[in-house]
Amino acid sequence: MAMAPTLSYGDLPGLLTLLTGDEKHDRSSFSTLDVLWVLYDRVLRIDPSTPDEPGRDRFLLSKGHGPAAYYAVLAAKGFISVDALADFGNGVSVLGYHPDRLLVPGVEISSGSLGHGLPIAVGVTLALDAAGARGPRVICLVGDAELEEGSNFEAVQLAGRMHLGRLIVVVVDNDSSTYGWPGGVEKRFELEGWSGVRVDGRDHDALEAAFAAADGDRPHVVVAEVRP
Amino acid sequence: MITMRQRFYEVAGDLLDSDARVAVVLAEIGAGELRPHPRLVNVGIREQLMVGVAAGLALEGLRPFVHSYATFLVERPFEQVKLDLVHQGVGAVLVSTGASYDGARSGRTHQAPADVALLQALPGWTIHVPGHPDEVERFVRRAAVGDDNVYVRLTEEANAVPVVDDGLVVVRSGRDGAALVVAVGPTLDPTLEATTDLDVSVAYLATVRPFDADGLRAALSGQDVVLVEPYLAGTSAAEIAVALAGRPHRLLPLGVANEELRRYGTGPEHRALHGLDAAGIRRSIAAFLADSPHPGWGTTPHPLPATISG
Repeated sequence: MAMAPTLSYGDLPGLLTLLTGDEKHDRSSFSTLDVLWVLYDRVLRIDPSTPDEPGRDRFLLSKGHGPAAYYAVLAAKGFISVDALADFGNGVSVLGYHPDRLLVPGVEISSGSLGHGLPIAVGVTLALDAAGARGPRVICLVGDAELEEGSNFEAVQLAGRMHLGRLIVVVVDNDSSTYGWPGGVEKRFELEGWSGVRVDGRDHDALEAAFAAADGDRPHVVVAEVRP
Repeated sequence: MITMRQRFYEVAGDLLDSDARVAVVLAEIGAGELRPHPRLVNVGIREQLMVGVAAGLALEGLRPFVHSYATFLVERPFEQVKLDLVHQGVGAVLVSTGASYDGARSGRTHQAPADVALLQALPGWTIHVPGHPDEVERFVRRAAVGDDNVYVRLTEEANAVPVVDDGLVVVRSGRDGAALVVAVGPTLDPTLEATTDLDVSVAYLATVRPFDADGLRAALSGQDVVLVEPYLAGTSAAEIAVALAGRPHRLLPLGVANEELRRYGTGPEHRALHGLDAAGIRRSIAAFLADSPHPGWGTTPHPLPATISG
């Protein structure tokens, strides 16, 4: 796949217009846009020319619903071709409505069914710890409604108990959980031994600072509040 | 004789020490049987996480062994098995214990007769149903060097001696044209006892997926096939139908009935209730060879214990 030149944040709306057909997931796509941009622009240590490099940060998009923003950012950063975006969801495209790691460069996990990414991220973290790897962080993006899946809390509990300090979860909170999280979803993580911070999910500087606040001694959650 | 489970723990401990790629993931079951090790992870009673963690380890190049009761390894986290392993394109070795009715005293919650049927519905699995602890070790060590998805089904039942060859192995030959009885894993000994004075050939099969279709065609000189499986009856019936698509044949699939027995008791008692003890196997084969209709599953008289309610 021919790579596109690196584009800017201002190019994302134009890229998103190429990704049509999955409008039922529009809300999901747009809620993650700024978090994904900040991750790939300022936080993640991943080179699009060597997306499998062992020392890279691992980014796991657990909330695979509405991946248009993900594909737009991957295209903007040169992981995939801008030309590929227009084929979104068709029979010859590698870009489906849920991402497939075996089809898209730089995609760490195939996702779409909710509640799978965070448990896998714990396994990736444990493998890196067992190998004594220095440097790579494991960052997993989940949605606030996705956290209704109980499998997430199996992972939240164990990660906290095991002090998995290289693990960071970013919760994109667009208030889509039907019954909500009274007191803030970050409290559920903090109860299990995580550090946590809530920020404006559209504020790039605040997001960058929130990721940098991870102390490396315990897992860290960033709740990115994105109100419609 | 050492149990299959004890042998697995011995081999798993050895592999952890000798193979830097091997990891073991548990959800409490078996945690007290293995020495602490940096690549031994007990996730607590969190079986969805157990499989997800294994997938994460595999994504980083490790070879995870995942172990629990079949109910909690295959049935409870089945979507994790489907998506976190198969769909991600990574492999793990699932090693179960408990099988169909080892936990009969514990009731239905600890019985998993459909485990093989479930896993064989997913692509790419190698499924071993060993009949002896030595076979467990052979399959486990072989799985350690691969990257694919492998299931090893342990049970408290065992044959007296191991079968050392792979594939469908003829262990007793009848006359030309005789029926072929295929005994899977621990059903071999009761099958041999059941057919001692019958003119049938008996073959053994411990690896049921991929199914040894060539071996079946080579071993069958007549038209009658009896399949004896220690899990849900008929699980491999479609494999046999495909293998013999070009040949007229009759098939009698014996196995665990797809019904709620709602009975406690011992494993051997449940084996007999499902007609998988020597007497039951013999009754079914004799009726089949005499062209008598099989009574069908769910119709076997299993007198239920009296309820304690009025």
